[in-house]
Amino acid sequence: MSVIAPITLSARNLIRRFGQREVIHGVSLELRHGEVLGLLGHNGAGKSTTLQMLAGALLPHSGEIEICGFNLIRQPQKTKTNIGFLPETPPLYREMSVNDFLIFAAKLHRIPRAQITNALTEAKRRCGLQDSGKKIIGTLSKGYQQRVGIAQAIIHQPEVIILDEPTVGLDPSQIRDIRALIRELGNMHSVILSTHLLGEVENICDRVEIMHHGRLIYGDSSTKMQQYGSQSGFIVTLLAPPALSELQAIADVQQVDPLSTTQFRILHTANTNPSVALLALAAQHGWQAEQLVPLRTRLEDVFMQITQDEKL
Amino acid sequence: MILTISLKEFRSLLAIPSTWLILGALQFIFAWFFLARLDAFLQVQSQLAQLANAPGATLAVAAPLLGTVALILMMLIPIFTMRLIAEERRNQTLTLLMSAPVSDIHIVIGKFIGLMLLLLLIIISCLLMVLALATGTQLDTGLLFTNALGLILLAASYTALGLYISSLTAQPAVAAIGTLAIFFGLWLVEVSAVDHDKSWRALAPTSHFQNLNIGLLNSTDLMFFLLFCITFLLLTIRRLYNNRIYS
Repeated sequence: MSVIAPITLSARNLIRRFGQREVIHGVSLELRHGEVLGLLGHNGAGKSTTLQMLAGALLPHSGEIEICGFNLIRQPQKTKTNIGFLPETPPLYREMSVNDFLIFAAKLHRIPRAQITNALTEAKRRCGLQDSGKKIIGTLSKGYQQRVGIAQAIIHQPEVIILDEPTVGLDPSQIRDIRALIRELGNMHSVILSTHLLGEVENICDRVEIMHHGRLIYGDSSTKMQQYGSQSGFIVTLLAPPALSELQAIADVQQVDPLSTTQFRILHTANTNPSVALLALAAQHGWQAEQLVPLRTRLEDVFMQITQDEKL
Repeated sequence: MILTISLKEFRSLLAIPSTWLILGALQFIFAWFFLARLDAFLQVQSQLAQLANAPGATLAVAAPLLGTVALILMMLIPIFTMRLIAEERRNQTLTLLMSAPVSDIHIVIGKFIGLMLLLLLIIISCLLMVLALATGTQLDTGLLFTNALGLILLAASYTALGLYISSLTAQPAVAAIGTLAIFFGLWLVEVSAVDHDKSWRALAPTSHFQNLNIGLLNSTDLMFFLLFCITFLLLTIRRLYNNRIYS
């Protein structure tokens, strides 16, 4: 993803109320061409509401949404041809066949009649639905219904694809397929997806926004997020350990915590790495070094930390 | 765009087994009424022939039959209109239309026309049955025409009202019962109103159908049906728009 890629979606200061209760407090988002943005958050954080507003199914009480240069609120019909939306529950007419349904979706999104057949084959190929065209949607399994939902969202080759929890309720192999598909889509379109599965973010998203109580509280690339608040260090296993003070004495080591009799967590400053010195010493004194694992914060921890920080 | 939605709606209706069951049952009921009417007419025909200005088969058989059709439509239409919006909302398929590049006007008019196509099918099938009389006698085409027009207009008004009630709720059953209750209320207003109390009767679509049923083509009645449809279609469109803001 390059920085110069054009901005395809930009939302400014979205505010949304349900009755008297304000649930989205001034959300601003930007999405570039060829980017996959993950919207993370607890249940009820306002992810679905935000996505519905971006898709034009709900109107914000204030704020602007611009997609591919069109204003969603003032020119809804022109703008919406550039959006593909898969809501939380895939909007499928159970009594229709897959082909009929996708053709209907294609017509709704104003694909010229002559191109519908091509669009249909292409969408089915991408979602692995080649053999299911004649089946009735109501008889398909949940995973296949989800695929039909995604096919419906991409059939008109929209610039911006909005997916609300696309992998919920799928089995592991289906999740892998759908993730690969999203990654592929992300190369040619812009994708924004909501999820509460952190692994998903790690695997497919270029950028992450964390939503908490209707606000965006953190936004960065997903690799940077993993380093959030983490401390450099490693865990070393020494079968014949020396005294703690000996380890502490190694240059650049800030802190040593014994985890068990043979395992030690060693923290050091961000720019230095005392592991080489430690291994050399271990070989010299026969400490029997066995394993050296760099500390890597799990995304779960980072996520919990970010949302906790917000509460304080 | 309107046509796309209408045809989808029409095809969806035909894809459901219960639609075919209803169509079949209706044909049976119509045929039953038709034959009973015809039988009664044939029994008194010789006596009628002695009258100076005797009613023909159209007035004695067709008009009452079509009057019955009007009554059956009243009970039938809520079953169909409940699906149009309330069921889509419950199944969360309405989002597809809401996020598609179509306006609320397209959605509402599209659904209205979609159901009207099916109702036209019912009305035409019933008229064809009446036209079978043409093999034995001369029919009053004028009277048949006003009846057909009346049925279509009545069905359109019922559909518009049903569509509006359907847009108010996410429970199809509530939509159906609510619509039926209102139709029934309007019908009771018409039936129970005393003769000189015309203003109350004017509210009921059935009372305007009565004129067309006896062959009276009145611009007041046509205007009533037209305004009735437009009012409720506009209310539905407004309701869908509000839906994007408040729900």
